[in-house]
Amino acid sequence: MKKLLLALLMIATPVLADEPIVVHLKNHKFSPSVIKVKANKPAMIILYNDDASADEFDSSSLKIERVVPGHNKGNIRLRALAPGKYPFMGEFHAATAQGVVIAE
Amino acid sequence: MISALIIVFREVIEAGLIVGIVLAATAGVPHRGRAVAMGVLAGVLGACLVAAFAGQLSNLFQGSGQEIFNAAILLLAVAMLTWHNVWMASHGREMARELKAAGHQVKTGERTLAALSIVVGVAVLREGSEVVLFLYGIAAQGGTTAGGMVTGGMLGLAAGGVVSALMYFGLLTIPAGRLFQVTSGLITLLAAGMAAQAVLFVQNGGWLEYFTMTVWDTSWLVKEDSITGRLLHTLVGYSEAPNGAQLIAYGATILMILVLMRLVPQGQKSAKRMPA
Repeated sequence: MKKLLLALLMIATPVLADEPIVVHLKNHKFSPSVIKVKANKPAMIILYNDDASADEFDSSSLKIERVVPGHNKGNIRLRALAPGKYPFMGEFHAATAQGVVIAE
Repeated sequence: MISALIIVFREVIEAGLIVGIVLAATAGVPHRGRAVAMGVLAGVLGACLVAAFAGQLSNLFQGSGQEIFNAAILLLAVAMLTWHNVWMASHGREMARELKAAGHQVKTGERTLAALSIVVGVAVLREGSEVVLFLYGIAAQGGTTAGGMVTGGMLGLAAGGVVSALMYFGLLTIPAGRLFQVTSGLITLLAAGMAAQAVLFVQNGGWLEYFTMTVWDTSWLVKEDSITGRLLHTLVGYSEAPNGAQLIAYGATILMILVLMRLVPQGQKSAKRMPA
C-alpha cells in the first residue's frame, strides 16, 4: 500500500483544470465568499490570507482541512464535485469566516 | 472564551482518544507512562515547530507541503500501529501471563512502547499544531478578550484530557483476558482510519487522481463535524462521504494487519526473526 502510494507520488504530477480561483481572507472574512465551480471538474482555489494570524480552510463536505498561515497563501484543490452546495469556513474564526462552494 | 474552549477541545479529542487507547493497550507494561509522556512531549514540541514553520512547510512540494507532511506522518503512525499489533499477536499473550516474571519480557515490551510512543507523538503533533496556531493567533491580537480565550483554550485542553481518561478507564473495565483483543481491534480500525485520512491528504495535495468519486453519503445519518461524527472519525475512521481511494486504503490496511497478525509466528523464539 505504502509502496503503491510512493510510486504514485513519484509518477503523478498535480493536474490543474482551468484557471485557479483567487480568494482573499481579510478581517477574517472570505472574499468572494460564494465560489462557483463547474460540476464534475477539479478546480483550484488559491487562498491569500491577508490577516496576521493563521486560519484553517475547513470543510467536511469538501473533505479539506488546510492551514494557511498569516500573510501567506495556500493552494486548495477541489476534487470533481457533484452539483450542489459545499459550505466551508475558516475554523479559527468561524464566527465571521464563512463561505460556500457551488458546483453547477 | 467558549469558542476557544470548543475549538481546542475539538482538536484535542482525537489525540486524547488515541492516548487513552494506547494506555489501555499497554496496560501492565512497565514504563509505559514514561513512553506516553515522551510521546506527548515530543508531539507538543513538534507541534510548536510545525506551527512556527507553517509558512515554509506549506510552500514545499509546489504548495502541497502541508498535505504531503500530514500524509507522511499519518502513514508513519499506521506503520507503528501495525507493528504493535503484529508484535502483540506474537508476544502479547505470554506477556500478559508472565508480566512480572523476567527482565527479558520487560525489555521486549519496551520495543512496542517506542512504536506507540511515536503514534502518540504523531497524534499530538497533528492536532497540536492547529491548537498552537489558533492560540498564538488570539494571544498575538492581545486585548481584554485574549486572556479569556487562552483560558478557554486551556479548559479545552483539560477537557481533552478528561476524554483521554474516560477512554482509558472505560477500556480498563473490560476483563484483562479480553482487553488484548479489544485494543488490537481498536488499533486496527484506528490504523485503517488514518490510512484513509492519509489518502485524502495525498488527494488534496493533487498527487492522486484516481477513484476520487464519492462512493456513498451518510451525512443524513451522522454529520462528520458533529461530536458523534468526530468521535467515530477518530475511532473507526468514519467519513460521511468516502471516495473510492479512501475505501481501498481502509480495507487494504485492515487486511494487511490481519494477514500479518496471522502470518507472524507465535512465541518468544520468533522475536529474533521479527523485523526491527
